[in-house]
Amino acid sequence: MPEIPTGYDMSDATLDGPVLSADGKPLKQSLNNALRKQKLRALVLIAPLLIFVLVSFVAPIGSMLMRSVQNTAGVEYVPDLLPNVVVAIQDWDPSTRETPPEAVYRAMAIDMATAFENKNHTQLGRRFNYEVPGISSLFRSAGRPVSRWDIATDGPFKEKFLDLNDGWGDVEYWAAIKANSGYYTSSYFLAAFDAQRGIDGITMKEPDQRIYQKLMVRTLGLSLLITFCTLALGYPVAWLLADLPLRTSNLLLILVLLPFWTSLLVRTSAWKILLQDQGVINDFWIALGFTERMTLINNQLGVVIAMTHILLPFMILPLYSVMKTIPPSYLRAAKSLGASNWTAFWRVYFPQTTAGIGAGALLVFILAVGYFITPELVGGADGTFISNRIYFQFAVSGNWGLAAALGTLMLLVVLILYFVYDKLVGVDNVKLG
Amino acid sequence: MAKIAQQQNNGEPALAVSSANDSFVAFERVQKSYDGENLVVKDLNLTMPKGEFLTMLGPSGSGKTTCLMMLAGFETATHGEILLDGKPINNIPPHKRGIGMVFQNYALFPHMTVAENLAFPLEVRKFGKSEREEKVARALDMVQMGAFGGRRPAQLSGGQQQRIALARALVFEPELVLMDEPLGALDKQLRETLQFEITNLAHSLGITTVYVTHDQTEALTMSDRVAVFDDGRIQQLAAPDVLYEQPQNSFVAQFIGENNTMEGVIQEIKGDTCIVRLDGGEVIDAKPVNVTKVGERTRVSIRPERVEFNKERLQPGAHTLKAEVLEFIYMGDIFRTRLSVAGNKDFVVKTRNAPDQVRLKPGEQIEIGWLPEDCRALDA
Repeated sequence: MPEIPTGYDMSDATLDGPVLSADGKPLKQSLNNALRKQKLRALVLIAPLLIFVLVSFVAPIGSMLMRSVQNTAGVEYVPDLLPNVVVAIQDWDPSTRETPPEAVYRAMAIDMATAFENKNHTQLGRRFNYEVPGISSLFRSAGRPVSRWDIATDGPFKEKFLDLNDGWGDVEYWAAIKANSGYYTSSYFLAAFDAQRGIDGITMKEPDQRIYQKLMVRTLGLSLLITFCTLALGYPVAWLLADLPLRTSNLLLILVLLPFWTSLLVRTSAWKILLQDQGVINDFWIALGFTERMTLINNQLGVVIAMTHILLPFMILPLYSVMKTIPPSYLRAAKSLGASNWTAFWRVYFPQTTAGIGAGALLVFILAVGYFITPELVGGADGTFISNRIYFQFAVSGNWGLAAALGTLMLLVVLILYFVYDKLVGVDNVKLG
Repeated sequence: MAKIAQQQNNGEPALAVSSANDSFVAFERVQKSYDGENLVVKDLNLTMPKGEFLTMLGPSGSGKTTCLMMLAGFETATHGEILLDGKPINNIPPHKRGIGMVFQNYALFPHMTVAENLAFPLEVRKFGKSEREEKVARALDMVQMGAFGGRRPAQLSGGQQQRIALARALVFEPELVLMDEPLGALDKQLRETLQFEITNLAHSLGITTVYVTHDQTEALTMSDRVAVFDDGRIQQLAAPDVLYEQPQNSFVAQFIGENNTMEGVIQEIKGDTCIVRLDGGEVIDAKPVNVTKVGERTRVSIRPERVEFNKERLQPGAHTLKAEVLEFIYMGDIFRTRLSVAGNKDFVVKTRNAPDQVRLKPGEQIEIGWLPEDCRALDA
């Protein structure tokens, strides 16, 4: 090796310790300095979107999730509206099946008077009515008379409450108040699971009242069926598209996408026209010589037909993008090796499309589980999804806590399915285009 | 073999010369059209004896791949008959033809291991597990890939993948193997190694092989016979040396190897030799190939290594041409000299790098000539 003259700066890699750049600073630090500007630039570029997403997506969903456990009546927390009751009722045990002691009634008289003054007593009644139907009228009617009582002199209050309404002697009502006297409550999630908290603790509702279980099973089952239907119908179409010359396939792809560009409401309404009893399909059916009209709408069949059509592009597009990358020589090779058309397809082509099937199925299933408009319009009584019930609780019944609990549950179900799917298939293998 | 080619050039069906032994594969008056307007393959006649290595060579769009696909069964002939071992196969689907095939992009199934890829043709033929494993192991050893059975195709290099593709096409012991530009995607050195391996394998196993390529060196080094395709027809079907030394028409002369051409008119024909007057007025000796009468226009073709500038080696009385040296390129094993001859400034002469070889200098004036049989007067 030639001798290195003294003073010659040898390559840093041969020295011990951190690698230094030319000016003597650690190389890592120099690199970070150089990259900082780039990172900052990138951050500034995405900042508007980041803020938009935080404000319009993360914050509302977070507050929605919180609502499912917050124990509020109107805008205030229940323990803030009934500060004396929540303290007094702690010593009372509902399982004895005796009415609460006088101290609880006295506390209720104090809190009720304050609540009436602030016009909060009906909100409280509505809040407890979610737990035990009928209690809201007690609160509504008690507000004005109780506000006239003198707390110092008018006791005992138990009789006075019972004089107002026998309901104030109902142990079940008081048990519900005690159970929901904290800032946070599990009662919305219990309701979402078709369970209730009674005097004897948590029990399942009567089988004929377990609507959320039924709706959840129906939503998942129909979504699965719809996913399967889109796969069965979409697979051959995607294969045809991938196999055709580009010019033809582009034209056909536009036909696939055309419904995409039409309003969802219009498409669903169109299905209503086609499927109804006096609709096009039934008229054609009768014209063929059949005498009985088919019930195609306002049932689960209608939902499956309409949603399969609406979600079909979401299956076709990922399948197509995967199939396009599979050269035709694989099928030819399989056939030249002696495989029949079916064997060549099943052993060679199909396994290579699983990534597309996974992507399409995941996409269609998750979209279907949350679908609202189509089941609402063509689902009738037995074709509604859980989302329709969530909407009902939210907009009609005003029970935001229960709506939030159901929504959270749906989110969890989808996340669990996604996780299971990732374990089975691997989300990395999914190709969306 | 040259005789067959001659016959085909006259447009006679190959059936006339085929017999049971030398027509393992036969194309009889096969035509193919995709659009109903243009013929991609025009009246193809070809017979192949068992065990032959035949290459279909031609520029892209000449119909060679279409012919291969018709033989494999992926395209149907628009007209004519394809026979395999004497039986017409036009209506037999590809998977029942029992023809092995190697593709340009290897077409190894990415979701199967190498061993599973090789076992695939055996599985669909319902071989037992132990027999399958034995045959797969033997096929892998045959291509020196015995240790790679558990790998996925994506974990192999291009050359290794092509070896596996070859083993897969041979593992079910087909009598006919088709190869569609199998070495097209490999680098030069690997290509040369594999050319050698493929021909050795084909000959030692006695397989009949149809090989498609657009690389003429590959065609010449590997094949027993080469069919030169152009414009949907076989232009010449002959052994590599015949093809190179005795091209039947100017397309073949141009397509195979390097070639000097000059245009002119036939002045005199005397048996095996003729005299051509070039367009610049010079007169040269040539061998008439597909010219028949005096006055006909012709394109003469002479290989760069057959040009002679040492007068002593020429026949007495031979015509010579004046030439000026334009460029001398030292290429190691040979010298390549570019001359200006009779108005052609791209006239190339190749000489061997021997101790006594003359190294011409640019600007030098020399006289060149050749043996009449090396200069072929072809169609213009």
